[in-house]
Amino acid sequence: MSLKAFHVVFLAASIMLMLILSGWCFSNYRDGGTTQDLVWSGVALASAVGLVVYTRYFLKKLRHISYL
Amino acid sequence: MEIPYTYKARPDTGLYNAKVGIWLFLASEIMLFGALFSSYILLRVQAPDGVWPEMRLGWPHGLLNIPIGTFNTVVLISSSVTVVMAWASLKMGKIAAFRRYMILTLMCAFGFLGVKSYEYNEKFTHYELRLKNGEVHTGHLEVNGKHPGFWSFADIWNLDRLTKEKVAEVQFTADPPKPKAGEAHAAEAGHEHVAKAIKRDEISRLEAFIPRNHNFFAIYFTITALHGLHVFVGALVMAYFAFPGSRMWRTNPEQFTNRIEVVGLFWHFVDLVWIFLFPVVYLL
Repeated sequence: MSLKAFHVVFLAASIMLMLILSGWCFSNYRDGGTTQDLVWSGVALASAVGLVVYTRYFLKKLRHISYL
Repeated sequence: MEIPYTYKARPDTGLYNAKVGIWLFLASEIMLFGALFSSYILLRVQAPDGVWPEMRLGWPHGLLNIPIGTFNTVVLISSSVTVVMAWASLKMGKIAAFRRYMILTLMCAFGFLGVKSYEYNEKFTHYELRLKNGEVHTGHLEVNGKHPGFWSFADIWNLDRLTKEKVAEVQFTADPPKPKAGEAHAAEAGHEHVAKAIKRDEISRLEAFIPRNHNFFAIYFTITALHGLHVFVGALVMAYFAFPGSRMWRTNPEQFTNRIEVVGLFWHFVDLVWIFLFPVVYLL
């Protein structure tokens, strides 16, 4: 597996983490948390979307490099 | 006799020697961290949630600083992006861009270690105080008019040391109560950060947030210190390749690019460990 393929795996794990963090902050907000929890939930969700956009850019930029 | 496939990929596997080597090494690392992760998760799920500040009754959830942990996560994700960009720059023959991206990666690595040191220092100067009347508090200690800092484990206070050094009284600033679900931060708002004098004879236990205090701290420090050691070694190797080691680019650019790919694979592994570590240790 090349660095390119491992980077994609890493980005997938990072996107999952940001989604988990967003859900965790949102559940804190729902359980009587503050507006800050809701804001952090939104920030984590936006980071997940940002990472998806970056993944697409990365795959496009390095399309000539092998996955092996 | 020349060793084959040191930088040219073997035609049938598409791999060069160093790539096989680094993946074998990473497989052994997965076993090492896997054992520690399993230990952590087994200890965590078998322990009930601790009732703060009575940490001994269960797992002391919520003692770590989540915003700082999140910041460090962002730093490590950024460092993975920069290290892969450094490698991509070499693939495109841009050595100056490679060096710029490597410097950014190094800044992230040392930034991560700096923040982690701050977190460790916070724990080593934070105390659990248990009184003979049954009260338990966590907070910061003042001995002989000074807040003990942390430079070595000899700086840490406990009841034995208070007795040995004949300290009759300490000042203790207790942490604000942690709000329960639904109470927001009302309890915290009413709390006064005032140091209270406590006589040594009233204390039944005094212990900093160090590994011997609780299973949680023991495994937290073991895993995060091992991870931090990997970050430090990775940063040293990258610093070598960013500066003196980059001379190889002039004589054998393909082999140099492969070396950076191998370093990048190691760095991604280290970052991936943190991606799993952060939710397990900070959020679970």
